[in-house]
Parts: sequence; structure tokens; C-alpha cells
Amino acid sequence: MRRNWGVGIYSVLILALLLIPIGYTIVFSFNIPARTNVTWRGFSFDNWINIFADPRVVAAFVTSIGVGLLATLAAAALGTAISIALVRFRFRFRTALTVLLFLPMATPEVVIGSGLGSQFLNLGVDKGLGTIIVAHIMFCISFVVITVRARVSSLDPAIEEAGRDLYASPAQVWWRITFPLLLPGIVAAALLSFALSFDDFIITAFVRGTTETFPTYIYTAAVRAIPAQANVFASVIFLLAIVLVVAQQLSAAARRRQLAREG
Amino acid sequence: MAGASDDSGADLELVGITKQFPGFTAIENLNLTIPAGSFFALLGPSGCGKTTTLRLVAGLESPTSGRILIGGKDVTDTKPHQRPVNTVFQSYALFPHMTVLRNVAFGVSRRGIPDPLGRAHEALRLVELDHLAGRRPAQLSGGQQQRVALARAIVNRPALLLLDEPLGALDLKLRRQMQLELKSIQDEVGLTFLHVTHDQEEAMTMADTVAVMNRGEIEQMGAPEELYELPKTAFVANFLGQSNLFTGPVVSSGENSIIVEIAGTKLEVPKERAQRHSGTVTIGVRPEKLTLLTTRPVAASGVNVLGPGVVTDVSFSGVSTQYLVEMPGVGTVTVFAQNMVFGPVVNRGSEVWVSWTVEHGFGLADDERLEERSEAV
Amino acid sequence: MAFGAFSGETVVIEQPRRRSRAALWLLLPGVVYLAATYLAPLVSLVVTSLKTPDLTNFDIGRYQYAFEIGNYGHVIATYWPIILRSFGYSALATIFALLISYPLAYFIGVTLRTYPLWQALALILVIAPFFMSFLLRTLAWKAIFADEGPVIHFLQSLNILPANAHLNGTPFMVIFGLTYNFIPFMALPIYTSLERLDLRLLEAGSDLYANPGSTFLRVTVPLSLPGVVSGTLLTFIPATGDYVNASPQFLGSTQTAMVGNVISDTYFNLQDYPSAAALSIILMVLILIPVAIYLSVTKTEDLL
Repeated sequence: MRRNWGVGIYSVLILALLLIPIGYTIVFSFNIPARTNVTWRGFSFDNWINIFADPRVVAAFVTSIGVGLLATLAAAALGTAISIALVRFRFRFRTALTVLLFLPMATPEVVIGSGLGSQFLNLGVDKGLGTIIVAHIMFCISFVVITVRARVSSLDPAIEEAGRDLYASPAQVWWRITFPLLLPGIVAAALLSFALSFDDFIITAFVRGTTETFPTYIYTAAVRAIPAQANVFASVIFLLAIVLVVAQQLSAAARRRQLAREG
Repeated sequence: MAGASDDSGADLELVGITKQFPGFTAIENLNLTIPAGSFFALLGPSGCGKTTTLRLVAGLESPTSGRILIGGKDVTDTKPHQRPVNTVFQSYALFPHMTVLRNVAFGVSRRGIPDPLGRAHEALRLVELDHLAGRRPAQLSGGQQQRVALARAIVNRPALLLLDEPLGALDLKLRRQMQLELKSIQDEVGLTFLHVTHDQEEAMTMADTVAVMNRGEIEQMGAPEELYELPKTAFVANFLGQSNLFTGPVVSSGENSIIVEIAGTKLEVPKERAQRHSGTVTIGVRPEKLTLLTTRPVAASGVNVLGPGVVTDVSFSGVSTQYLVEMPGVGTVTVFAQNMVFGPVVNRGSEVWVSWTVEHGFGLADDERLEERSEAV
Repeated sequence: MAFGAFSGETVVIEQPRRRSRAALWLLLPGVVYLAATYLAPLVSLVVTSLKTPDLTNFDIGRYQYAFEIGNYGHVIATYWPIILRSFGYSALATIFALLISYPLAYFIGVTLRTYPLWQALALILVIAPFFMSFLLRTLAWKAIFADEGPVIHFLQSLNILPANAHLNGTPFMVIFGLTYNFIPFMALPIYTSLERLDLRLLEAGSDLYANPGSTFLRVTVPLSLPGVVSGTLLTFIPATGDYVNASPQFLGSTQTAMVGNVISDTYFNLQDYPSAAALSIILMVLILIPVAIYLSVTKTEDLL
């Protein structure tokens, strides 16, 4: 055990390194407001109180939330259907489908972005909110399939057969048995999709037209000065996500303990 | 529509059922009638088609050809949820996201029958688990889960209850206990039970009628004692308990019995216990019917004697001792002797004879060697 | 398994697969969608990469359909040093990320196994960067390493760096930024494969007279290889195409431009769509070669 001390200290340092820029961003959300948010002037709640002060930040944030929700919903539906088919059915072109699902993850974002950009240009489609959502759904599907497929694979088919056996119609089997049992996987996939969509900059840049999402706004604003409210919104999302993840971990741990006690 | 049956259950009739899967035939032209109210066991090794038969009856698979009738009604083309049949699955298949009570009430709710929760409590009381109604399946032991699965099925009063190796996941002691409980529950609710198992002891303990299945066909069907005492095929003789089988030509045929010559010894089998009376036949006798003798017995009518042979192995198993006797020209003969005295009666290397009453022998319809040959193909 | 690291499910139940028309209806919407929004744009890229300037309309960004393969020769001749640099930066960042992440993943997946609460906490810290804007985190590094920032001051006070030194805009910072960004992508898959590692195998190794070092090399490393392969892909592919870290507004300068910067510049500023498309195709082909090698040594079923 003693030789693991070195690895332990090293790991703690790496974890600290991972957290430094996060801490920096959160700390600077409390900076005393000024034209720029680069040098530390002192602690203040002003940016948090005046969170909606900069309408461009608010608009970009709202756009990103909306895009994230819609893209996640669509990608979760399309990806879940594919996952079920992959686990439960035999069909031709299975290998081709696997490659098709793998490729979007193995393609650099700049290639996907310029490809979609050229496509919309060639077809004469106006770029904007719609094209952003279309693009985000696409790159989320593969990640949904990975996550949900694992959940479907861990599901005993006899449970659904028991439902059919106990007088449930196919629709009732789906809504009362299959869907609730897949839900943890679908929720995990949705969280991943939302995180990917919300933080995507490169692909979005090529398909956004003049629409600003939160990342494209930051990229553009980085040339001049990023308002501290951007740090506030980013911190809010961060803290919310961390609370969600911690709560999920704690409830899972509590469930395990309860099972251990009663089992 | 799935109508609740009256309390005596309903007949199940399988007419000329064949089921083919890509690459192999699971069931070949199966005909079977299970009378209402009986406890019927389908017994066979894994891969013999017994589980497929069960799934066909449940509607989880559809037959390639043939008809399935329940209570005289053709249900071949109906979906599982439209059949008055419920299954206790091998893995129990309890809904992990619902409480025990919701699990049991599920089927009743789906059929729109009033007071599903009340009925569920009633079914849970029958399996003595009502105090755990609020738990999740994962919080129950294997035996408790098994009983919930049973309650979830019988609460619907199905015309036919299907049990797919329902005790397979339990340890031996619990299994013996559950066998008795299942049997008494069947007596109580009076439904038709169709039980699939590979455990011959389980099948014989519980069922009124046992059908032994092999390679998609039923080899023999009957009451447990009948199957055990008078097996008709080598497969049944070996799958249901152990048998000593000998193959030889019929040398004479009398009014009541046939005489078969095995390695120079003449053995007698009653005619009504032999399936074939001429040509080369396989005859057999159960190991516990044999008597071990250390001196050559005096020839008597009504008794078969084989020997002398040499004891090659003695193994003590509590209530009885198993002896393996190497008979020149015949092969190994197994003898079970009750432990009436301390220590083995004979030791390894002893010269012995075995004898049995003629009425205990049986003659098979098939040739054991043919059986082995076709198995090797 | 490749990217399965995100799923966290470990139980797999043997499922009988049947043929049914239902499969078609489940697959059709998603497959049609991917064909329209992934495959079709790739075709579009090829078509665009062969276009020539529109001779009837001299406005910027006007091109006509053609079959000008010369576009490829042109961009390769102009940008080959940048393409090479991209792969160099990305390869270095991948190696550094692997060297940094492996001990971290080992610590969380093996050492912390007996402390589930600490293990869960450490995992949350590894994925925490996913929840904070990638651009803001990169800008935070820019500020921390700025000429007037704490790091440079500290290093100057120790006389490690000269008075007029700066870090932002150097290749070091770009590689640092790429490494930092992809540590979680590298660490998570390695963690997943190490977390499933049966410790009894290590005991068996030491029981069979292997010392800790050779047990690690001959048992632990081979068993975690799937995680290393996926982590490497998850780092190398996006890092090669990245243009945020190398951009002058972030950690780079014009001297550190990567192929992503060129594609974005030719696309947005010059509106030279054929060149941007040709560079994208070249980048994709160059990346798919190592991926195809990976494909040929593993089963495609294991891709996801």
C-alpha cells in the first residue's frame, strides 16, 4: 500500500490542475464590475445580483439552453430507438450501421462543421437557430446510442415477456415496463447530450448564421471583453450540474446501503 | 379476450406442433393433451424443446405449424396478452421498478378487473408474503422472489399456469420445501399447472403426469411411478433414475415371458413388461432391485441371476451403498444396497453374483446401442 | 468498447436477437437522419472542394460546380507545414494526456476501490470540467499564464524565466491547453477498464513469482489496453481538428496555427469554401487512416 502514496499525491495534484480554471472562472464571477474582467479588483456580489444586466449574454444563454433541450430530446428519441434495434433484432448491414454510428465521433468537429456549412450553402438553406439544432441532434445521436445500448443490454428480456404474459398490450409494455427501466440510461444519455450541445462551439460556428449561442458569444466577445455575467451563467450551470451529479451519487449509495441492510 | 377461467382450469391441447428456428428444428410434430386441473410436468435435458413448448403455449413464440387449443378454443394466432395463460419465469422476471404489491396487481389491473390491490394482497397472503408487499423485488431473497412470481401469476386465475424451471435458481433445501408448497398451492387453487423442468426428482415429486421429452419429441408419458417402474425407452430408463441395461437376442418366448440371452446367461422378462418380444432386445432392471450375493445362488424359477463378477467400486452415500460390479461379457452393473448393517457388505475385489425377481425387469422398445449411435451423429 | 466508457453499465444479459419488421421502424428515423446530416454533408464537402471561382459573379464567396482536383494540390502546397504541425501538437498532447491520466485513472479505479465515497468524489472531479464552458476555461489559462499573470511573475522571481518572457502564443501553451482539455477524455475510458480489473489477477501474478513491476506491465497494462485505445482516439481525433487552443485570441498566435485555424479562416474570413472543404477532406482522410488501422485490429462490433 505504501508505494501507492506517490500515485495518490500525484493524482490529487492532477485533480487540482483540472479544477484551477474552473475555480478561476467562478472566482471572477465575483469580481467588482468594470469594463473588462481580466484583473482582480475585489470581491462583490454585483454581477450575481445584476445577472441579467447584459442582454446579449442572457439571449445567448437562453438560446443555448433551448438548443440543448430540443437537440437532447430529439437525439434521445432517435438514439434510443436505434439502441433497442441494435440489441434486440437481427438485420442486414449491421456492421455498416455500427460504422455509421461510430464515424461522427471519429470525425474532427471542424470537418463536420465545414461539411454542414457547405451543405447548407449548396442547398441555399438559411443558417440560424434551426440549422444549429439540426447539427446538434446529429452529433448527439451516437453518444445516446452508446449510453442507452448498454442499458438495453443489461435488461432481461423475460421482464418484458412477463408484461406481455400479464395482459399488457405492446404499448403498455413499453410505457409501463421497458421505458421506466431504460430511463436511467436515457437520462444519463440526455445529460451527456445536453452537456455536449451546450458547450459546442466549433460545429455551431459553421451553421449558426447570425444566431449567438453561449459559446459563440464568448468566442466573439473574447476579442474585446467578456462581461462578468458570462462567468455568472457558466458558474450557475456548473454548480447546478455538480449538485445533480452529487445527489445522484448519494442516492445511489443510499440505495446500495439499504439493499445491503435489508437483503 | 383473456377471460378468467372457472377454478378447475382448462384443458390444453397441442395438435401437430412443429417449431423451426433458423438452422434447427426445436419441436417435431408434437401432440399432447393436458386435462384440466392436472399438475403436468415436461421433463427433459436442456435443449430438448420443453421450454420452447412452454413459450409456444404462452404465445411468446408462434409455431411453424400446428394448433394450440386452450379449453377447446384455438388460441394459436392470439398474442400473449390475449391468452388466459400465465407464466412463472425461470429468472422470475419481476418488474424491478415496482413494489411487490404492484407486481402482483399488474395483470389484474391490465384486465380492468376491480380491486386489483385487494386481490394482490389476497394472493400474497396465499404465498405468505403479504408483510413484504411494500418492498422492491431486489430486497427479497431468491425464495421470496419465487413466491412473488407465483403470486403474480395465480392472482389472475389463469386457465393454465406455466412454470419454467421455477425452482432452478434455488438451493437444494429451499427447492424441496418449495416443491411441497407449490404442490399444496396447486391443490388449493385447483388450476392446471404445466411445469417444465430438467430435474427428474422434482418432476416425480410434484406432477400427476410426467412427459419425458427428448429432441423435440415426447418419449413417454404417464404417472411418475409408471414411468419409473416401466420405462419404455433407453432414454427414459437412464434419464429417470439409473438403470442396468443389457442387450441380447430373444431365444425363446413362452406364454407369459420371454427369455433373452446375455453373454451366455438366460434372463427372463415378463411379456407384459416387454415392448418387443422377438429379435434383439434391450432389457433392464433398476439398481435398487438387485440383490448382491457372495455365493452362487441355487437356481430358482422367478429369479434372474447374473455372475460371477468382481466388485470394482464401493461408495457409501448415507441411506444406501452403491456397488459397481464388472461382469465379464456384460459390462458394469450398478447395485444399490440399503445400509441395514454397519460397513460395506462386500469389499472391492470380491467375487459376487447379482439376482433380481423376474417381475422387476423390463424390456425396451428401442436398442440402447442404436440410441448411442444416433446420438453420436 | 471504444467509447462505451461513458455508459457505466457493466451487466450484459445474453439477448436472443430476432428478425422483425419492427427493427426497420426503429432504425429508419435515426439512420435517415444521420445519412442526411452526416453522410450528405461529407458528399457536399467533396463537391465543394472541387468548385472553381464563379466567372460570372466576382463577389467574394461565389463558386461554381466544377471538377478542379488542383484545389487539393494547392492547399497541400500552401499549408503542408501547418498540417504537419497540427499532427505534431496533437500527438504530443495525446502522449502527455496519456502519461498524466494513466496514474490518475489507476489511483481512482484501483487504489480508491476500497473507499467508494472517495472514489465517487474523485470521479466527479474528473468529469467536472465537462460542466464548465470549455472556452471560459481556456481563457482562464490565458489569464493565469498572461505576461502580467501569477505564473510568469513566480517563474521570473525564481529567475527561471527572463524579464521579457511570455508563454501565451507559444507552442508550449497550445500543447498545454490541448493536454489539459483532453485529460478527462483520456482518463475516463482508462478508469472504466481499470475499474473492471479483477484484483485477484494481480494476486495471481504475484503468486506466480512476478514482482510488482512486471505484474503491472504484464497483467494490468494489457487488461487496460481497450481503455487506452479509446482514450487515445477520444483525444487525438478532436485535438487534431481543434482550433480554439491554437487561436491567437486564446492560447496561440499566428505562429502556432493548426489546420483547424486555417479551415476556419479560409471558410469565414476568405470565404474560400473550396479550399476549406479540400483541407477538411484531407484532415478527415489523414485521421481516418489511424482509425482504420484500429478498426482492422478490433471487431467492428466493439466500436461503440
